[in-house]
Amino acid sequence: MINIKINGKECSAAEGLTILEVARENGINIPTLCWLKDINEIGACRICVVEMKGWKALVPACVRRLSKFDEGVEILTQSPAVLESRKMTLQLMLSDHDKKCLSCVRSFNCELQTLCKELGVDNAVRFDGAVNASEIDDSSLHMYRDNSKCISCRRCVAACEKQDVGVIGANDRGFKTSIACAFDMPLANTSCVSCGQCINVCPTGALSEKDDTKEVWDALNDPEKVVVVQTAPAVRAALGEAFGFAMGTPVEGKMAEALRKLGFNYVFDTNFGADLTIMEEANELLERVQNNGVLPMITSCSPGWIRYCEAYHPEMLPNLSSCKSPQQMNGAITKTYWAGKMNIDPANIVSVSVMPCVAKKFELSRRGQSGQGTFNDVDISITTRELARMIEKAGIRFVDLPDGEFDSPLGNGTGAAIIFGATGGVMEAALRTAVWKLTGEDVNSTIEFKEVRGVDGVKTATYNVGNMDVTVAVASGLGNAKALLEKVKSGEMKVHFIEIMACPGGCVNGGGQIIVPSSVRNFTDIRAERAKALYSLDEANTVSRKSHESPDVKQVYAEFLEKPGSHKAHEILHTNYKATNLRK
Amino acid sequence: MFRSHVLVCGGTGCIATGSENIINALNEEIKKAGLENEVGVVRTGCFGLCSLGPVMMVHPEGCFYSAVDVKDIPEIVSEHLLKGRIVERLLYRETVEDGGIKSLNNTAFYKKQFRIALRNCGVINPESIDEYIGVDGYQALGNVLTSMSPEQVIQIVLDSGLRGRGGGGFPTGRKWDLARKLVPDADQKFVCCNADEGDPGAFMDRSILEGDPHALIEAMAIAGYAIGATMGYIYIRAEYPIAVKRLEIAIQQAKDYGLLGEDIFGSGFNFDLEIRLGAGAFVCGEETALMISIEGNRGEPRPRPPFPAEKGLFGKPTILNNVETYANIPQIILKGAEWFTSIGTEKSKGTKVFALGGKINNTGLVEIPMGMSLREVVYEIGGGIPDGKKFKAAQTGGPSGGCISVENLDIPIDYDNLISIGSMMGSGGLIVMDEDNCMVDIAKFFLEFTVDESCGKCTPCRIGTKRLFEMLEDITAGNGTMEDLDEMVELCEYIKNNSLCGLGQTAPNPVLSTYHYFKDEYIQHVRDKKCAAGICTELTQYIISADKCVGCTLCKKVCPVDAIVGEVKQKHVIDQSKCVKCGVCVDACKKFGAITKG
Repeated sequence: MINIKINGKECSAAEGLTILEVARENGINIPTLCWLKDINEIGACRICVVEMKGWKALVPACVRRLSKFDEGVEILTQSPAVLESRKMTLQLMLSDHDKKCLSCVRSFNCELQTLCKELGVDNAVRFDGAVNASEIDDSSLHMYRDNSKCISCRRCVAACEKQDVGVIGANDRGFKTSIACAFDMPLANTSCVSCGQCINVCPTGALSEKDDTKEVWDALNDPEKVVVVQTAPAVRAALGEAFGFAMGTPVEGKMAEALRKLGFNYVFDTNFGADLTIMEEANELLERVQNNGVLPMITSCSPGWIRYCEAYHPEMLPNLSSCKSPQQMNGAITKTYWAGKMNIDPANIVSVSVMPCVAKKFELSRRGQSGQGTFNDVDISITTRELARMIEKAGIRFVDLPDGEFDSPLGNGTGAAIIFGATGGVMEAALRTAVWKLTGEDVNSTIEFKEVRGVDGVKTATYNVGNMDVTVAVASGLGNAKALLEKVKSGEMKVHFIEIMACPGGCVNGGGQIIVPSSVRNFTDIRAERAKALYSLDEANTVSRKSHESPDVKQVYAEFLEKPGSHKAHEILHTNYKATNLRK
Repeated sequence: MFRSHVLVCGGTGCIATGSENIINALNEEIKKAGLENEVGVVRTGCFGLCSLGPVMMVHPEGCFYSAVDVKDIPEIVSEHLLKGRIVERLLYRETVEDGGIKSLNNTAFYKKQFRIALRNCGVINPESIDEYIGVDGYQALGNVLTSMSPEQVIQIVLDSGLRGRGGGGFPTGRKWDLARKLVPDADQKFVCCNADEGDPGAFMDRSILEGDPHALIEAMAIAGYAIGATMGYIYIRAEYPIAVKRLEIAIQQAKDYGLLGEDIFGSGFNFDLEIRLGAGAFVCGEETALMISIEGNRGEPRPRPPFPAEKGLFGKPTILNNVETYANIPQIILKGAEWFTSIGTEKSKGTKVFALGGKINNTGLVEIPMGMSLREVVYEIGGGIPDGKKFKAAQTGGPSGGCISVENLDIPIDYDNLISIGSMMGSGGLIVMDEDNCMVDIAKFFLEFTVDESCGKCTPCRIGTKRLFEMLEDITAGNGTMEDLDEMVELCEYIKNNSLCGLGQTAPNPVLSTYHYFKDEYIQHVRDKKCAAGICTELTQYIISADKCVGCTLCKKVCPVDAIVGEVKQKHVIDQSKCVKCGVCVDACKKFGAITKG
């Protein structure tokens, strides 16, 4: 411990902590912009500068770690010089920033805007001069890059690197520096996996999801169409944040009610698709184990992970489960089984999904659609953020909504399905059903497999099921996935079944979720907080906590699919993968 | 054994003016004259008098021929080398004295110089390790490895007071000491050399690399021994192809002689060196950016601490010194710290190499003892200012430095004095300006360089320097206001205090120092909309004096934009709205002198 003085107050600090951390421990907030804990610690934006006696220049509090050489040092975090500097930094940023805040998707949720207000930037046009010309990159299916709003904080670059994707970086230099793909290639021409983590960390409106709400509105306003919607498990864990609920508050009922108020004809739940996925996946796993198939088998729910595997680890494609994702399964069943049952022409159905994910927008276009060219499994995929905007736009008082219900079948899921939204959830759900399949025990069989829960990047566990030891591994975040895959490829790790989610922490932290400013993100574990909502819903599920016990799933097998892995199931619920060229 | 040696400068400057052809012609003519066993031709490094190139020295007479042309070679061979008759018309005029010649070392340019770092430049063949060994080369490394402990080596460097010659002036010994001690259990350490000389107008490192590459290799091996590193990297700019080639040759020779590699001098000490080419980014002279570039990433600085002595290249303790700093090391080891401290001032020991440029008669490289006054450098070594113009200022430290005005001409040049007058030593560019230079324009020139070279990582440097540059553009275009001047100073101070690395922190120096010493000029630009030096074209007008114009039409004919109107034998007038201020009309009217700039 060393003794220092912050704003005249004596305090002791552990060596190795940053000034920012020590200040925070002592009740002093230091604003930041480029800093993302453990992800982007580059001291570039200079918002967090503080005065440190004895040092010529101001010091970035976010990366300046205290050492024994700093004993007795005096730090000023709010001196006039510091405040003026921060203000000027913002004014300089604004001088090369598109200031059309009124129409910006991030208005009121923009970190630059917030800082300008907090630091009293009274003259947004103090510096006028050349402005960098830029074109919006809308080449990909899932997002926009509008560099006229970019402040070069490089959080997106770091997030992309952390994902082991690294398709964006700084081009050119000096004032002309821009953040884009190498040689200013359109994003669609690179091996971007469309995980959207870059969007989640962007402090401004430079990065945003492709807005598909207009198509949804159009469908809702078209009396000829039957518009159905499904919502992924993780959406209900974050949607409330857009309406003032504390992080981790589940808003399942209000969400269902809001969807009905928006005019969707049928409100389904992706949880149904998740239960179905477990049935098919557990069956596939057992087949592989019993018939010496390719192991380890790896889950295929996360489209970002699939794209990553296809481009970065194509040799692992045989390991991927052939199961479609829950979204696609739900969509496929909607337009086949359900359409038949309801006697609706599938061509007349507009199937919308609300996902915590932007990769889902891309997934819609994948091969292996059940309609075989006549229709897509799902037509439009919008993110949690887009849904929140639709609810706002429709004037629905979300906070005051009563809890609504989903439609059945296709609208009910088990506790096993709801935890799909957190890392380890698919694994746990699969284990619950696998135990039943292998042992036949049911009533008293294990429900909770806590070893695969939690936010660690890679988790492993071995369970004795029936007469065999099953080793499983779970990775979330593609950087962690890479580390795990390397161990598997080298033979260092022998494992039967792997769950991989592209986003760190799984879908609760997906690229389509409500954006959390770094001032919160740096000090709260979003992944853990939102996961709590899902585990509480799992525990509270009154129908069942095991996929194979889902009445809806049972009904669909009985009336339509026959049994897991049947010919029909393969036709409708399974897909295939193809290696793609790696382009960075 | 040769009876005569011809040393031809093979530095970049003389090669650019044709010394390769001269060497070829010499060899040919010598062969023709049958002198190939009597006269040896040696391609050396730079002599320093770059403006007189190509230059050559003929020994044993000590004749220094300058501005030699290939056409002169037959005469040099047939007259001088064959018959012993000196070709007087080619002699450097300063060496001609009373019908005889005096030693180059006694000319004004060399007399006051003291060569440590440049001692072998222009003296030995840089592509011959034997010649380097012949002038005590590798003896220092031998002494260090066979009779000194690493601590003793560091102590000598500490005692010598040697400070970094790359600009910052950090004590070299302290840097080495930190790298030795800070991380005691480091499994690897690195020795790096910054040969990415990027200051406009500075080329002393290039000269050393081209003229004495083994000195660098020897010094880096010594440094490796001192801090406990077995690997070194030389980061050199790709724009120095001759230096790169000679360094490659030298490294190979050192390896062949066992002076690099394993078990050097049988001491058990291993040390290897590799070259890394820089791609021309000025910021890669900043130590963290340089290391990040060596690692294969985009060259951008990172915040310090941690300093490289603790966490440098590949996260390992690393020292980085520049070429000139290293070039001092072998001599310090051989001659002792006491010898070195006898040269220079109290806090700045030894010598400093400067690249003289701008409005000065002798442009080139000079190595002077610390503490010499700028007046001596400009007027004695530099031979004063051409055309009898008045000294206005000298710029040191390149884009990070500042201007020294006439009032400080007599201040002894050393690190601390230069800082105290708002400039800095920098890597040693010294650009002299006379009354025809506009100081606002000078500030703009240097700032434009930093704006271009900013890496774009931190906000103050990326956007701040650009906005500062735009203010200067406004001022030099006559669009500035007095309030702008205050705003300009405020922005300067902000950039200094908030930038991430040295590049940004020093970028405003040219503006601040010119504003400090030449505030009147700024005010003149802003308030009077005038540029006294006539450099800022938008504030300059060419006017034809009605009294002097005879209507010869010459000016009208040369004007590229037809801005001059008037008939033959009528008074001519310049249409200011069309004039692009190129000034060719002034030259055309020399006879009558009717056109003036004002």
